[in-house]
Amino acid sequence: MKAREFMDRAIRVALLLAFATCLGASAIDSFDFPDPEAAARYQRLLAEFRCPKCLNESLASSGAPIAVDLRRAVRRLMEEGESDAAIRAYLQQRYGDFVLYDPPLKASTWLLWFSPVLLLAVVVGLLVRAARRRAPAALSEVDSDRVRRLLDNS
Amino acid sequence: MNRARLFAPLLGFATLAVVLYLGFSLRDPHLLPSALLDQPFPSFDLPVLGSGDRRATRLDLVGEVRLVNVWATWCPTCLAEHDELKRIRDTGLSVVGINYKDDSADAVAWLARHGDPYAFSVVDTDGDLGVDLGVYGAPETFLLDVDGVIRYKHVGAVDEMVWRKEIAPAIAAIQ
Repeated sequence: MKAREFMDRAIRVALLLAFATCLGASAIDSFDFPDPEAAARYQRLLAEFRCPKCLNESLASSGAPIAVDLRRAVRRLMEEGESDAAIRAYLQQRYGDFVLYDPPLKASTWLLWFSPVLLLAVVVGLLVRAARRRAPAALSEVDSDRVRRLLDNS
Repeated sequence: MNRARLFAPLLGFATLAVVLYLGFSLRDPHLLPSALLDQPFPSFDLPVLGSGDRRATRLDLVGEVRLVNVWATWCPTCLAEHDELKRIRDTGLSVVGINYKDDSADAVAWLARHGDPYAFSVVDTDGDLGVDLGVYGAPETFLLDVDGVIRYKHVGAVDEMVWRKEIAPAIAAIQ
């Protein structure tokens, strides 16, 4: 019994360690940047783009071959002195809005951008209506006379 | 009056079911709309597979309607669509290959073993032309008009269904 418990625990620890090393291993190729500013800019840019192959990973974290290629492209454009906007445009021209984690505002994304506001307006509207319905209606003069009379009598 | 309210949760459920059904089943999230439709094929200057020093550029793609097919020996789906590409070539349509992120010797051997539907294939070892084309996996197939403008793109294997329902009509539309 004791031995089995020990084995159980050992297996759990081994699994945990395996997961921990997975998390620690970064998919980023260790490009050596001359200055920390460029390295930070590189990281920031990569986090803005979605890997086209893997649907929900940024270019920074994906190990897919296409992500490696695109990281290389970003690196090259940076070295050529391109601006952030130019790098964004470069990827957008090739892979569409899909690569941008921050989608541009246009006709096809209107719903995406404004549905939260719309939803909020609907909810506020419903709340106001419910609150109004619950508020006691003002008593008519006849009614308040009756109330007074009833209270006085008791 | 209040009885109608009892149906509100059902209505909510039905709405959610419809939205989720549309979201999950009608659209394959792996199919991205191509940003390059109706754009000129990107310029390139790459070696031609298995022909020594010969190189090809964008100019080699203009002058007739053709298919450009991105393929690699490491891509099983490319083998699956290979026979269909040969059949398409036999209909008289020119098919050009882009050998994508592959080993050239392997690629030549692969074509020798399985047959070569391509007028020629260019060698894109680093995938740079692939990036310019917005390629995110192989196989991908582009239809070019006589001016070398991309008129249609298909991601995944080309089979007879794709040919009949998509490529052939797209060719008819540009002629």
